Amino acid sequence: MTYKREIKIKETIVYIAMIIFGLIAVVPVWVMLINATRNNAEINSGLSLIPSSHALDNWRILTSRNFQIWQGFGNSFIISSLVTILCVYFSSLVAYAIHIYRFRGRKLLWNLIMMLIMLPASLSFIGFCQFISKIHLMNSFIPLIIPSIASAGTVLFMKQYLESILSFELIEASRIDGAGEFLIFNQIILPVIKPAIATQAIFCFVGSWNNFMTPFVLLSSTEKYTLPMLVQMLRGDIYRTEYGGIYLGIAVSLVPIIIFYAFMSRYIISGLTMGSVKE
Amino acid sequence: MKGLKTSFNLVGLVNFKKLVADPYFWGAVKNTFIIWGLNFAPQLGIALILAIWLTDVKLNLHGKNLFRALFYLPNLLMATSVAILFKSLFAYPIGPVNQFLMKIGVLTQAFQFDRSPWAMRLIVAFIQWWMWCGQTLILLMAAITSISPSLYEAAVIDGANEWQCTWHITIPQLRPMMFYLLITSMVGGMQMFDIPFLITGMHGEPDYKIRTTAVYMYNTAFQGKNNYSYAAAISIGMFIITIILAWVINQLTKEKAPKKH
Repeated sequence: MTYKREIKIKETIVYIAMIIFGLIAVVPVWVMLINATRNNAEINSGLSLIPSSHALDNWRILTSRNFQIWQGFGNSFIISSLVTILCVYFSSLVAYAIHIYRFRGRKLLWNLIMMLIMLPASLSFIGFCQFISKIHLMNSFIPLIIPSIASAGTVLFMKQYLESILSFELIEASRIDGAGEFLIFNQIILPVIKPAIATQAIFCFVGSWNNFMTPFVLLSSTEKYTLPMLVQMLRGDIYRTEYGGIYLGIAVSLVPIIIFYAFMSRYIISGLTMGSVKE
Repeated sequence: MKGLKTSFNLVGLVNFKKLVADPYFWGAVKNTFIIWGLNFAPQLGIALILAIWLTDVKLNLHGKNLFRALFYLPNLLMATSVAILFKSLFAYPIGPVNQFLMKIGVLTQAFQFDRSPWAMRLIVAFIQWWMWCGQTLILLMAAITSISPSLYEAAVIDGANEWQCTWHITIPQLRPMMFYLLITSMVGGMQMFDIPFLITGMHGEPDYKIRTTAVYMYNTAFQGKNNYSYAAAISIGMFIITIILAWVINQLTKEKAPKKH
């Protein structure tokens, strides 16, 4: 009897903790969504948890001041999509090569890739900008997209996945049937490692979508601004007192990710732990 | 880009000598550590307790997966937007936080958060906690579920209670995962940029007490005097500090070899 009661008490405590921390995670986002639909007078008059009806007015305020939201979306989408495709494809290719082929310098190459994971991005940042400026690629999308071909973290993840599922017999059989090496990779290996590709693609896309510092330094003309660069404009003087507009601007930048997450959360969370836990 | 030249002259270690003697650099390092520490200690503590509770098989918890999903959500949000959002939430004099605190009677008049260094440090630390605690929780939960159940069975047969099981089995078994979390969080924390940069006026105000090393590097390279060479020295200084710390942590958390008799 006492044992059962102890469990009940503990359960209640855990539920309360879950509710509190769940609220902490959600309330800032909720307040943002609500305030995005309220006008200044309402926001100034106090907090509310119920939406109001001024979303369209706020939208007008937001877009009337050279806030090219669709262009920002478009730019971010183009960059992130290309980054994702390049990163995932070439990382799988490298991981496959290192896992399957025995060539001279394989160990060295692998150690080099492992070392790249340890190096923080900010270490090479100044040199990277200098390099881009010297080859005259400032204010272009190319330096934001092409470097993603070399993503050491993704290579590590892909190699771990390949090690856990890929059998050599599959490749041997295709070779006997006369398939070329690229054909094997594209038609046989890629479909097999689809789950790993999907999770890495999600993280790669979100990472590039949220990236602020690199485009902020490299891009200068407003029509090339990515979404995070547009959002940081909201802190400036042009929106000083238009609170509703500011909240709506933030909301517009976050809602696509939230909707995407609502549908994909199960895959994202399982992808998070896929490569990280090893016995 | 102004300040970038194609010709260069070697200056030896001049920039590094300047770096070692630069109080602003050490101030930025100190700020980074204070903010990172304020975020990491509660992050690991809370995530650990929640992970142990949520993986407890004796509790019949509902909505565990929903909670985990909600708690992880902030991690995917754009740091830029999050910084602007919290800047608006903590706005003076009529931000939602001020409104709330005055309504429940904690404050009698609005508090100007962006004038107080400690308030801003705590806010940045809170945002970091808010964004990363969910991920830490998920990784710890995965690590706990991969602990072999036979360890617990053996302990229970030997008469261990629940607390002893947690303290002597779960925590030691989680060592590698906690080490991994500590290192990745430290490397990430040393590079903290978006949030301290955007929630303040791009220089880590007030009194440069929110200026992390990454923000200082940015300020040196891309604002004001465009001193690229010194900014590069700052980033290398940051890297060296990170490596030394990672090495120290590695030494401290190393499994002690069994003593020879």
